[in-house]
Amino acid sequence: MIELRRLSVRSGGFAVENLELMVPAGGYGVLMGSTGSGKTTLLEAICGLRVVSGGSVWLDGVDVTRWNVGSRGIGYVPQDAGLFPTLSVREHLAFGLVLRRVSRREIRRRVEEVAAALGITSLLSRTPKHLSGGEARRVAIGRAIAFHPRLLLLDEPLSALDEDHRLRLLELLRNVHRNERVTTLHVTHYSDEAAAVGEHFFRLEGGRIVVCHQPSPALVGRADACRIEDSKGSHTTGGRGGGETR
Amino acid sequence: MSADASQPRSTDPQPEPQSGGQQRPFRTGSEWPFFVVSGAIGGGYVLLLLALLAADVASTSLEDLRAALTKPEILFAVRMTLVSCTLAALASLWVAVPLGYLLERFAFRGRGFVDAVLDIPVVLPPLVLGLSLLILFHLPIAGTTLEAFVQRSLGLQVTYAPVAVVLAQFVVAAAFAIHSMRLTFARIDPRPEAIAMTLGCRRSQAFWRVAFPQAWRGMVAAFSIAWARSLGEFGPILVFAGATRMKTEVLSTTVFLELSVGRLEAAVAVSLVMVAAAVIVLGIVRLAGGRVAG
Repeated sequence: MIELRRLSVRSGGFAVENLELMVPAGGYGVLMGSTGSGKTTLLEAICGLRVVSGGSVWLDGVDVTRWNVGSRGIGYVPQDAGLFPTLSVREHLAFGLVLRRVSRREIRRRVEEVAAALGITSLLSRTPKHLSGGEARRVAIGRAIAFHPRLLLLDEPLSALDEDHRLRLLELLRNVHRNERVTTLHVTHYSDEAAAVGEHFFRLEGGRIVVCHQPSPALVGRADACRIEDSKGSHTTGGRGGGETR
Repeated sequence: MSADASQPRSTDPQPEPQSGGQQRPFRTGSEWPFFVVSGAIGGGYVLLLLALLAADVASTSLEDLRAALTKPEILFAVRMTLVSCTLAALASLWVAVPLGYLLERFAFRGRGFVDAVLDIPVVLPPLVLGLSLLILFHLPIAGTTLEAFVQRSLGLQVTYAPVAVVLAQFVVAAAFAIHSMRLTFARIDPRPEAIAMTLGCRRSQAFWRVAFPQAWRGMVAAFSIAWARSLGEFGPILVFAGATRMKTEVLSTTVFLELSVGRLEAAVAVSLVMVAAAVIVLGIVRLAGGRVAG
């Protein structure tokens, strides 16, 4: 479970304040918002890569706000994949497991399992410069889930991919979530992408998070797709973007 | 220069509306004057450097070179140079990698001050640097000196000894190596290191596992630059280590010593050896630096 309680983050002149969000254990949350609304800043704050100026981050009922980055057990997939240029795909998948001193045998088993699930078994000996954009995203997802994280954060994992790769990766994300049941928070600005994978919907706009509730399937993909409730609980209708629950 | 730029030409005439409704062809003119003037200005300097090398080569012979390079003093200086430059370059790299990383990756209080301090060896006259080293090691502090302290605790004489050669070279070379490593880390994307930390790395592990393996070409370049700087060092060595034959003599001081006794041909022969070493090092820097940039 991931829960944000009145979380505030400031970065230069930019700020998001008093954000509230909750995705239950094993749930798939989607956070939507326009470019520059602070989605990536928020994910980095959840990871611990940015100092929060107020509020708290809770993982599985534990306040991890003051924990260092590596202790949080979060699998983070950044928008640019952020692969390690000198490591092979196999080393990427094993990275988190090696740090946790998992036995070699178990690392080998888990790497093969994740690679098979993501369809990258044939790429295991390649380095990032020999991967396409879609392959790099799959490796980044594999690296993030291989060590059984408590939370998976996906920052626009389908951006800059063509339609075919987007559809394939969406299907893959659905399968990964179904098999791993890891609590996931997926950031996007596409409502159709959100609708395809999400269970819980949120929108970040004007520096606050609004909760989207079961929009009409007929409205998916439209700008006014979701009925919203602001983070303090008062209901309104309208808003932009949104999605449907599965 | 790109293929297009190497063939300066006018653009095709473009119709331009005139106030009276008539159109007059618009031409940008020839690109040649720009390249001719720039080439003449820059080319003059390149020619001057080549002329210097040509003059050195012309004023010596294979016989002079052989005679110079078989003298025991000069052979000692060659060995001393190879060892001291290598030790100074290794020590420079030892300092430059962590300092370059810290200065490039983190904004901390006093970073500007550290930056300014690191420029001191670059801007200070070399003789002053040597003098400062000499004073530092002989300044009485609490009834003793640094020289006496090192001698007592390590049994090592520093001033006017081979150690002083390495130290004098290191003080200058490290500043250049740090600058080179800062550039290297500036070119390495910090994002993967942050991702490595989310996966469970401490900062040190992220450095060793992610940043360090990417920096090795930059380290080769930094080592080579430090080595080349050490090779050319003369002022601080003369003041701090002296120019004692068969003891603290390196190639740069050999040129000085040979000149001071009027043996121009030996001085030129040693200079050519140094030029050859510099060319090799520059080749390595270009190769490594180009790949870092790529």
